Amino acid sequence: MKILVCISKTPDTTAKIAFSNNNTKFETAGVQWIINPYDEWYALVRAIELKESDPTTILHLINVGGAESDPIIRKALALGGDEAIRVNSDTSDSFNIATQIAAIARDGGYDLIFTGKETIDYNGSSIGGMVAEILDLPYISHAIKFDLEAGNAVVVREIDGGEETDKSALPLVVSCQKGMAEQRIPNMKGIMGARTKPLKVVEAVTAESYTTIASFDLPPAKAGVKLVSAESPEELVRLLHEEAKVF
Amino acid sequence: MVLVFIDHQDGHIKKTSFEAASYAAKIAEVTGTTAEGILIGTVNDNVATLGNYGLTKVHTIADTALNNFDAHVYTKIIATAAEKADVIVFSNNTTGKAIAPRLSVRLKAGLISGAAALPDLSNGFTVKKTVFSGKAFANITVNTPKKIIALNPNSFNVITTGGTAEVVALNITPDEAKVQVVSTDLVKGEVPLGEADIVVSGGRGLKGPENWGMITELAELLGAATACSRPVADINWRPHHEHVGQTGLAIAPNLYIAVGISGAIQHLAGVNRSKTIVVINKDPEAPFFKAADYGIVGDAFEVMPKIIEAVKKLKAS
Ligand SMILES: Cc1cc2nc3c(=O)[nH]c(=O)nc-3n(C[C@H](O)[C@H](O)[C@H](O)COP(=O)(O)OP(=O)(O)OC[C@H]3O[C@@H](n4cnc5c(N)ncnc54)[C@H](O)[C@@H]3O)c2cc1C
Ligand SMILES: Nc1ncnc2c1ncn2[C@@H]1O[C@H](COP(=O)(O)O)[C@@H](O)[C@H]1O
Repeated sequence: MKILVCISKTPDTTAKIAFSNNNTKFETAGVQWIINPYDEWYALVRAIELKESDPTTILHLINVGGAESDPIIRKALALGGDEAIRVNSDTSDSFNIATQIAAIARDGGYDLIFTGKETIDYNGSSIGGMVAEILDLPYISHAIKFDLEAGNAVVVREIDGGEETDKSALPLVVSCQKGMAEQRIPNMKGIMGARTKPLKVVEAVTAESYTTIASFDLPPAKAGVKLVSAESPEELVRLLHEEAKVF
Repeated sequence: MVLVFIDHQDGHIKKTSFEAASYAAKIAEVTGTTAEGILIGTVNDNVATLGNYGLTKVHTIADTALNNFDAHVYTKIIATAAEKADVIVFSNNTTGKAIAPRLSVRLKAGLISGAAALPDLSNGFTVKKTVFSGKAFANITVNTPKKIIALNPNSFNVITTGGTAEVVALNITPDEAKVQVVSTDLVKGEVPLGEADIVVSGGRGLKGPENWGMITELAELLGAATACSRPVADINWRPHHEHVGQTGLAIAPNLYIAVGISGAIQHLAGVNRSKTIVVINKDPEAPFFKAADYGIVGDAFEVMPKIIEAVKKLKAS
């Protein structure tokens, strides 16, 4: 079994969101970078568990990005995985990123490709499906549970208002979310080991970009809260009914 | 032509599909073309009534085998129906997110997922989408001749126009599914959280699962869905699908009522697109008040029963 986990770099969940250059650039000064939570907590940890239950499993990590991704790749390697590949490329367009991942995946002969459900900065939920289509593979999104049974994948995925259990042959692309696994913290042995694990840097293949980011906006500031006394909560109900007209 | 994917579940067309149809019809109106739908699988609803949301035609492929959802198979069918389409619209729900990226590759069509507004056509084709988990918007320009937009649920109002759509059967043989749906398990009788107009949500301030009666009772009275903060789901006070926030579901109801939730930045990331936010918290310093429209500083155990009484009175009048 050969597994590829797609790892992206995102600002920490508490990062201040601000823009510079006339609102065309995300302001990165002071921002802490982390592994995208869905990639780390769910995709990567579930892949590590699969390797733990079958030690012959080969587990590779891939990131598309510049050298500034290396610290989060090392952290991912400290959690687990045999080696990492970084495709040295710009990351402003989902199709371009997916093309880079697909190029590596095509040559690697992976049985499983895991992504996170979405990046918490771009919120694209796109890369997994794009990689699957480029490689003509089945794709199961929003997985909350993943198991292998007799060489097939059995996946529980979230659907609107419920869950669905799917079965698919491999190779398969899966996007992962909460439920797949429990978050882990790298231990000292992992951190030391990660220093010597291979991190291969490869050059990007030529690929089109279908989209460009024109600018960013921040949502308009709230007018401020209207407080109602705890003595008269019925006043809140009146305001919601008559002023906000929400019911 | 603008093509919209009509999603359905349990034999019924989803509310989010009406939003997507209305959105597609609006784009068609602005660009001087027509809006058409594509519906894959079978429904109990009358498909022609989609005309009421501005669609002139609906392509159907009423094969019960297609009620088995496989994004691969669906993508190929939609690609056929989309041959003449300039813009293809999805709802940005779990179905749309599974198909739209595949279709983007197949049609070489730039995708904007999580669209929050109509396209701006003044300088190319630019669509506002949510980024940073609802903390900001990005305006994305699509550079390809065909465009795909996945519209955020609850971000475009349903517009009814009257009229009926012509229903035409697509004459194609779908591929064999590689993904088999073994079973589906829908939470019955509850309003699906992602589609709900009103959401009542509880946090750790409620002390324990035995105190959720006041949340569910208010939700029932208002026809609302229930939600919770992450720790509440993590300690199994509430089911995981109710967890909203940065690492849970992102929602945008008309009204979000947060009871005993502090309003941590990761929680806000999932609910800050709600149109009206009400916060009930005993701590006046709780960060949630900064993001709220209305609030009560008070003990939920005293305040909630009174709110429930007042809503009952209002509903009875
Ligand atoms: C990477 C990351 C991702 C995260 N993702 C999410 C996410 O997706 N969603 C999420 O919710 N959290 C998320 N969190 C956790 C988040 O930071 C907070 O810890 C969490 O939201 C707090 O939940 P809470 O408000 O229910 O509990 P608390 O922070 O414990 O707040 C309880 C509140 O209840 C109030 N209270 C107590 N008693 C009463 C009473 N009797 N009446 C009224 N009010 C009362 C208190 O004043 C307090 O404000 C994430 C954290 C990290 C680090
Ligand atoms: N630059 C990247 N390098 C590697 N994987 C990525 C990258 N960007 C996104 N991904 C993967 O694709 C998933 C979905 O990303 P997105 O479509 O941007 O929401 C993420 O959770 C990652 O697993």
